[in-house]
Amino acid sequence: MTDLLYSEEEEALRAVVRDLLTDHCDAASVIARTESDAPHDLSLWKSLADGMGLAGLLVPEAQGGQGATHREVAVVLEELGRAVAPVPYLTSAVVATEALLECGAGDLLAELASGRRIGVLAVSLSVAPGAAHKAVRLENGTLHGELTGIADAAAADVLLVPGEDGGLYVVEAGAVTVVPQVSLDLTRPLARVMFDGAAGRRIGDAAPAVRRALRAGAGLLASEQLGVADWTLTETVRYLKERKQFNRPVGGFQALKHRLAQLWLEVVSLRAAARNAADALTTGDDTDVAVAVAQAYAASVAVHAAEEAVQLHGGIGMTWEHPAHLYLKRAKADSLAYGTAGTHREALAELVDLRAP
Amino acid sequence: MTIDAPELRRLTGELLTAHPPLETDRLDFLKARFDAGLAWVHYPEGLGGLGAPRALQAVVDAELEAAGAPDNDPRRIGIGLGMAAPTILKYGTEEQKQQFLRPLWVGEEVWCQLFSEPGAGSDLAALGTRAVRESGGGWIVNGQKVWTSSAHLARWAILIARTDPDVPKHAGITYFVCDMTDPGVEVRPLRQITGEAEFNEVFLTDVRIPDAHRLGEVGDGWRVAQTTLMNERVSIGGMRIPREGGMIGPISQTWRERPELRTHDLHQRLLKLWVEAEVARLSGERLRQQLVAGQPGHEGSGMKLSFARLNQEISGLEVELRGEEGLLYDDWTMRRPELVDFTGRDAGYRYLRSKGNSIEGGTSEVLLNIVAERVLGLPAEPRTDKDVAWKDLAR
Repeated sequence: MTDLLYSEEEEALRAVVRDLLTDHCDAASVIARTESDAPHDLSLWKSLADGMGLAGLLVPEAQGGQGATHREVAVVLEELGRAVAPVPYLTSAVVATEALLECGAGDLLAELASGRRIGVLAVSLSVAPGAAHKAVRLENGTLHGELTGIADAAAADVLLVPGEDGGLYVVEAGAVTVVPQVSLDLTRPLARVMFDGAAGRRIGDAAPAVRRALRAGAGLLASEQLGVADWTLTETVRYLKERKQFNRPVGGFQALKHRLAQLWLEVVSLRAAARNAADALTTGDDTDVAVAVAQAYAASVAVHAAEEAVQLHGGIGMTWEHPAHLYLKRAKADSLAYGTAGTHREALAELVDLRAP
Repeated sequence: MTIDAPELRRLTGELLTAHPPLETDRLDFLKARFDAGLAWVHYPEGLGGLGAPRALQAVVDAELEAAGAPDNDPRRIGIGLGMAAPTILKYGTEEQKQQFLRPLWVGEEVWCQLFSEPGAGSDLAALGTRAVRESGGGWIVNGQKVWTSSAHLARWAILIARTDPDVPKHAGITYFVCDMTDPGVEVRPLRQITGEAEFNEVFLTDVRIPDAHRLGEVGDGWRVAQTTLMNERVSIGGMRIPREGGMIGPISQTWRERPELRTHDLHQRLLKLWVEAEVARLSGERLRQQLVAGQPGHEGSGMKLSFARLNQEISGLEVELRGEEGLLYDDWTMRRPELVDFTGRDAGYRYLRSKGNSIEGGTSEVLLNIVAERVLGLPAEPRTDKDVAWKDLAR
């Protein structure tokens, strides 16, 4: 049976990641960074990857990784979500890594696992597992075309690119033009990637690699969404205990208490769904259903939590200075990432035999 | 010495040898099981248990089930098992435990609960049923109770009544065991929106209760009642439910079997509720795993909220899904069912019965307050009645 709890080791991992983020990823500097030339925090990435070995959790030890599981990765993502940390963890250490694992691309896998290089799958962030996606043309052995909506491409050293011939190609970032797109989510920016005769090395078939990568991305995104929802709820509750209007704490008004209690219920429910998805990715048991259930549920909770945070903070929640907007933007962008809730519900219709008319 | 699983298997084997279930009268077998300490192994010796860890009950149950032994039909005597028994165990005198627990467990004596009143629902502590002490030491009780399931079948009731109206409401309550065969007890069926009467109104007119049937100290009834109510919530959680267990099961089956009923709108709504039901099931499973691991979380407070809402929404959708049949109802005949099954009968019944899920056992509004205050630590509701004598409260 699925283990929906956190082990002691997982809680210990959470504690060290949270400590690091508390010290090196405060809200004010995340906000300041969003409008700088370097939207990704590569020094934080180095601490997570180099210092703590977290980029290699999904990679077997024999291939240069930590040989851990999706359960530990999920815990890391919860914490990164709580901090809206601008690091390419989900894109490089999960999605690109899963694609490389499928292709058996050993050398590059070890480089990603060590965190020395950042890899990104060149598929739009909005694509659901199993859905159609764009590919680039092959002409005279080089790659041509343009892909958009590529998350964290600006931080990537190497791209994994689907070609129209059905292959997956490794392309050095230096061989393409990466143009940042002004993105709703300031902490996971998208980019347009232009291929004008870029050299690529074919490492395997794109279809199974992309499907596996996006399924893991979708399933573990639920843990990031849990982190976003957990932080926004906790912070809103804290604020409403302090904030006084009408000579009493605002959090004492029943209209608000009920909304927060309702939100708490959604967050604990998401925790169960996210743990279930992480465990199913680990065991391979009932994975498609577990991932689809988590993704069909998570977006509404994270968005609801972030929207309530903005509303219940009142005027301060509407300011650029307060971090609530970072969470709202991340939650809303996450609701599109790796397929919307509706797309995952449609997948479930087939998986659990509740078919459309 | 602590009792372990092999020892329990040995004792269960002895019971089965001495009282072969297929050749033994059902009640005799249950009594023998109680006397062997295998009824509820975590209870003390002599009271149906062996002082063993509660989790080991599953060992005994599995052995007995495999041998085809009868059980005590726990659903029929749920109030006795889940609410009266733990309270008697904790607060009862030795005589009370000896008198009540054995017939309770074997099902010879059904119990009911006389707590709620027409004027005391969410604010249970405001109850007005009066118990007045006689010169001989016994009590005379007058008042009205409501929403009492099994009252017409019950031999005994757990009862809370006001013994001191001059102190604040929580302080003036005493907890009793009430004899339901007393001539002053009148039970009337309370017909509900489903057409049947699952519950009763109970009118108490000069009912006599000996002081020996008081549970706990005079004036301490509210604290004693907390044990009862806490156990009510524990017995609601705790079961492992398979996927599509509960209200989502019948509608999913109908969807699969009756493609002619499908529309796009219903499909979207069904999928959304299916996901929410699956997530609620996983939340319940997570809570169960937390309890087994000895890390009780707060999630229990939320489970009832989720299930109430989902039961209502799913059954409401199911009525719509059935099209013209949704305009019909299976039977409005007034009946008094012995067992309640939320997922029983047809969609219309499920829709109407589930309306009670957000009222019974704590309204959803009160549960949200509890979550907000006890889990999130938000300020408590203003308590204007805290220091006011019960007799001076507005009503």
